[in-house]
Amino acid sequence: MKKRIIGRVKRVNGPVLIVKDIKDAMMMEMVRVGEQQLVGEVVKLYDGLATVQVYEDATGICPGDNVYGSGMSLSVELGPGLIGTIYDGIQRPLERLMEASGAFISRGLSFDAIDHTKSWEFTPQVKVGDKVHAGMVLGTVEETSRIQHRILVPPHMETGTVAEIAPVGAYTVENEIATIALDNGKQEKLTMMQKWPIRLPRPVDSRLPLKQPLVTGLRVIDSLFPLAKGGTVAIPGGFGTGKTMTQHSIAQWCDADIIVYIGCGERGNEMTDVLREFPQLVDPRTGQSLMERTVLIANTSNMPVSAREASIYTGITMAEYYRDQGYHVAIMADSTSRWAEALRELSGRMEEMPAEEGFPAYLPTRIAQFYERAGYMKALGGSEGSVSIIGAVSPPGGDFSEPVTQHTKRFVRCFWGLDRQLASSRHYPAISWLDSYSEYLGDVQQWWNDHSDGLWHKHRQEIMDLLQREVRLQQIVKLVGPDALPDTQNFILEVCNLFKTAFLQQNAFDEIDRFCPVQKQVKMLSVILAYYEKGLEAINKGVPMVKIRRLRAVQEMARMRLSVQNDDLEAIDKIQLRLERSIDQIGGVYEN
Amino acid sequence: MKTKGETLLAQADRKLLSGREYRGASRIDGPLVYMRNTHPVGFGELVEVTAPDGSRRSGQVLDTSDEAVVVQVFEGTDNLSLPGTGMRFMGEPLTLPVSDQMLGRVMNGLGKSRDGSGSVHGFAERDVNGEPINPTAREYPRDFIQTGISVIDGMTTLIQGQKLPIFSGNGLDHNQLAAQIARQAKVRGNAGDFCIVFAAMGVKYDVARFFIDSFEETGVIDNVALFLSLADDPSIERTITPKTALTLAEHLAFDRDKQVLVIMTDMTNYCESLREIGTMRGEIPSRKGYPGYLYSNLAEIYERSGKITGRAGSITQLPILSMPNDDISHPVPDLTGYITEGQIVFERGMQARGIYPPINCLPSLSRLMKDGIGEGMTRADHPHLANQLFASYSHVKDVQNLASVIGEEELTTLDQQYLEFGTFFEKKFVSQRFDEDRSIEQTLDLGWEALSKLPSEELQRLSDEEIAEHYGK
Repeated sequence: MKKRIIGRVKRVNGPVLIVKDIKDAMMMEMVRVGEQQLVGEVVKLYDGLATVQVYEDATGICPGDNVYGSGMSLSVELGPGLIGTIYDGIQRPLERLMEASGAFISRGLSFDAIDHTKSWEFTPQVKVGDKVHAGMVLGTVEETSRIQHRILVPPHMETGTVAEIAPVGAYTVENEIATIALDNGKQEKLTMMQKWPIRLPRPVDSRLPLKQPLVTGLRVIDSLFPLAKGGTVAIPGGFGTGKTMTQHSIAQWCDADIIVYIGCGERGNEMTDVLREFPQLVDPRTGQSLMERTVLIANTSNMPVSAREASIYTGITMAEYYRDQGYHVAIMADSTSRWAEALRELSGRMEEMPAEEGFPAYLPTRIAQFYERAGYMKALGGSEGSVSIIGAVSPPGGDFSEPVTQHTKRFVRCFWGLDRQLASSRHYPAISWLDSYSEYLGDVQQWWNDHSDGLWHKHRQEIMDLLQREVRLQQIVKLVGPDALPDTQNFILEVCNLFKTAFLQQNAFDEIDRFCPVQKQVKMLSVILAYYEKGLEAINKGVPMVKIRRLRAVQEMARMRLSVQNDDLEAIDKIQLRLERSIDQIGGVYEN
Repeated sequence: MKTKGETLLAQADRKLLSGREYRGASRIDGPLVYMRNTHPVGFGELVEVTAPDGSRRSGQVLDTSDEAVVVQVFEGTDNLSLPGTGMRFMGEPLTLPVSDQMLGRVMNGLGKSRDGSGSVHGFAERDVNGEPINPTAREYPRDFIQTGISVIDGMTTLIQGQKLPIFSGNGLDHNQLAAQIARQAKVRGNAGDFCIVFAAMGVKYDVARFFIDSFEETGVIDNVALFLSLADDPSIERTITPKTALTLAEHLAFDRDKQVLVIMTDMTNYCESLREIGTMRGEIPSRKGYPGYLYSNLAEIYERSGKITGRAGSITQLPILSMPNDDISHPVPDLTGYITEGQIVFERGMQARGIYPPINCLPSLSRLMKDGIGEGMTRADHPHLANQLFASYSHVKDVQNLASVIGEEELTTLDQQYLEFGTFFEKKFVSQRFDEDRSIEQTLDLGWEALSKLPSEELQRLSDEEIAEHYGK
C-alpha cells in the first residue's frame, strides 16, 4: 500500500487535510497519511489539490507528509465471521485493537475485519456445470447456530458456469471455493469473502411492497404505530427520554433475523452494556443467545469524528449483505444526529458555505440517501429479504423543529416521538401517542387483522379516538377540576388512564413485561375496550363510576401486563369474563 | 513549490529541526499567534513561546500549512510583540508530567505549581489529549457510591465510574453540594484508595477558596490535586485545564489503582473559552455561536471516565455547569446531557423555599442506576420505591397546578393527600443539612414514610409484598 504516493500534505486543520501535488487520486479513494499510516478518504479534488478527511486523530501530521493511495474507495469486508463481532466506524474489530494496543485505542493500526485464519465448514449448493449469475448461492456456512451464512456470487459478476467447486470441508475466507467460467471466456476465482464500498448501495433485482410488520414486542409500537419490515422510522427525543432504551428493547426482542446495532457518537458505557447484556439474553422465539444474530458498531462520541460519519454506511452495507442472503435485517442507528453533526463538523473544517444552523446544504440529500437504502427487496439471487432502519434523533433542547429532525421526517414514514413529560413521570417507553404516527398502517393492516380475528384496525381506531377525546377533557379538567365533568366523560379519563398504565407502559426490566407477543397485545386491547363499553353502559344505567373502578377485575386488569404469563392467553379471557360479569351485576342492581 | 528532494530532506531534518527557535510572528490575534517560514510543523505540537522580556509560555499548534502555523498560547498573548516573539516547536504533543506526588498540590491549568512550594515533579509524561478507551475494554460500572444525600442516593444514584453533571444556575448551592459529596462519598464494604482531582475553570477566587477550606477542614486535602485556572487567568488556559486534570486522573486510576472523583467547575466557562478561540479563527459557528465541534470536544472530556476491565481504579466525574439564564436547552447543558450518564438538576424555586439541596428530581436522572441498586447492592425494594416516588411526585406537580386554579379546598381528599405527600417529600426527604450523612437505609425508610401519606391502592408500582413489608411502618 505504501507504493503509490498520490500527493503531499499542504495543510492540517483537525481531521481535514489539504493535499497538494495531486495527479491520479480518485474521489472517495481510501488513503493512508504519513509514516503513521492514518486512514483517510479523498472527499474533494480541485486545482491539483485534494481534501482528505482522516478517520483518526490528526495530531503529529506535518505539511510535507506523504499521502499513499490504495486505489479503491472505503470498503468493508463481507463474509462469515461478522456476527457477534464489535467494530469501530471503519470496520476495525475492537477486540483485535485491544489485543494490539491495550485498553486505549492507539492510532495507525489496521486489521482484517473478519478473521482470515479461522476455518468455516462449507457446504456447496451448486455442481460443476451449473449456470450461475450474480447473487446466487454457491454454498452455505453455519455462521452461528441460528444464522446460516449463504455464500453468494458477487453482485457485479457476469453470468457463467461453475468450472470448479470445493467439496464439503473446512475453509478460511481466503481459500478459493469456486472457479466460474464466465460467458465472456474469462475465469473468475471466488472466495467466501467479498469487498463492497460502503457508500454504494448493493444492487437488487427489485423492490417489493411492504406487507409484514416488524414485531418489536413493545405494545405502543406494534399496536398503535407499527413499523413494516423494510420500513424506516425515526425516534426523536431530548436527552433522558429513553431513545437508547427503546433501541435496546427493539434490538433485543424484534423479530428480525439479524440486528446491526450502530452506536454512532454515543456513550462508551452504553456499548459496554450491550456487549455485556446481549450474550446473556435469550431470544424468546429461538431460545438462543441474542448475540448470535447481532453485529455491533461502536464509534463512541470521543472516537474520531470522521469515522463516526462513516459508521452508519459501514453498518448499512453489512445489513444489505445479509439481506441479499434472504434475511430480514433491522438496523438501529443511535444516533443519526451525531452523524449529522459529524457532517457539519467536517463541512465546517472544509470551509463550505453553511445552510441551516451550520449544517451543510447537502444534509437532506445525505439523510435521504441513507434511509432509501431500506426496503423489502427481491435480491439478485431471487430470495426475499429486508432492511428496516430505526434511527434515533437527538434534537438539541428536545426541540423537534431543528433541521435534522425536520429533514428526517421528510424521508421516514413512521415517527415515534419521545415526550419529556412522560419520561419525567417514568412512563416508559415515553412514546407520545399524540405526536407519533405510522404511514404503514394500511400496509400491515391485512397481516394484523389476520392475527387478531379482524379486530385490530377497528380496536386501534377506537382507542386512538378515546385518547384524542381525553386530551380535550383534560383541558377542561385543568380549568374547572374533574368533579365538574359528568361520569360518562370522567369514565373516558379513567379508561385512558388505565390504558396508559396497563397497556402503553412497559417495564424493560421485568421478566414477563419486557416482551409482549402479538396475541397478548390483541387480547389486552380488547379487554380494555370491553371495559369501556360495558362500563359506559352501566354508567348510563345510573351506576356511579367510583363503583366500577373499584371492582377487583379492574385491579387485575391494571396488573395483567406483569401478572399474566405471555403464553397464558386464557387468563386474560378470564379477566374479561369476570369484568363483564361483575359490571353486569352492579348494573343489574341499579336497573331495578 | 518545493521539489521532491527538498521534501524528503525536510522530513529527515524534522527531528533535528524541532527545538530550533524562530523569531518574529506575522500576526497576533487574541490568544493566537501566526508564524511564517518555519520548518514543517506537526498538527497539535507543543510550542514553547518566548516573550520579548524573556519569559516562557506554552502553546499548541491549531493549524499548520506550508505558509503559516497558527499557535494558541495558553498563558495569553499580553506583552508579545511581532518581532520580539520567539517560538520553539517541540516535535511532540502537549504532555503533562504525572505522579501521585501531585496529590496535595495546587497547580495552574497547565499543571505548573501555583502554591509556591517548588515545581511539580512527574513520574511519567502523558499526552494531555489522551486516547479513547476501547469500548470492549470498559467494565460496566455498577458499584453504588453512597453520597449520604437522600435525593441522590434514593432517586438518582451515583455509580462508581459514572459521569454525572450538576446542572445549576448562578447563586445556587452547587458548590456546597459538590463539597458535601466529596466529603461523604464512599463505596460500602470496600473503602478503596480514594482521591479527588479538582479542576476549576474561570471560577472566582472565593469559590476555589471555599473548596480548599472544605477539603482542609475534613482533612482530605492531602488526597486532592487542585488545578486552578481562575476568573482572572487567561481564558485560553481554561481550554486545557480539564484535559490536564483528567490526564492526572487517568494516571491515578489506571496506573495507581485509585478511586478518583473528578470535580470540574464550571464547564460553561470552558465552553465559552472554546467559543472565543473559534470566533477568533473565523470558524463557522453553530448554535449560539458555539463551534460545531463542541459536542465532540465535550465528549473527549466526559468520556475519560469509567472503569477498565482488569484494573482496580475508576474515574467518576462530577462536572458542575451553570445554565445561563437557568435554560436547560442552552447548548452547554444540552450537549452535556447527551454525553453524560444522567444529570442532577437544580431548581431555583426550591432554593427559594429553603430546600437544600435544591434538586428537582423529576428532570434529574442517573442512567447507570438500574444496574447498581436493588438486592445485594442497596436494598431489594429500592428500584420499585424510586419508581413509585417519581410517579407520585410527578402527580403532585399536576395537583399543585390544579390547586392554583381551583383552590386547595376544592381538591378531592386523594389529591389533598398527594399535596401532603409532596410537602413531606420536599421538606423531609429531599431537604437535609449540609453536614448530614444519611445511610441508604435511612434514605429508603424516609421514602416509605413519605409514601405512607398516600393510600396503599395508589402505589401501583410497588409489589404487594413490598407494601406489606414496609408500608406505614
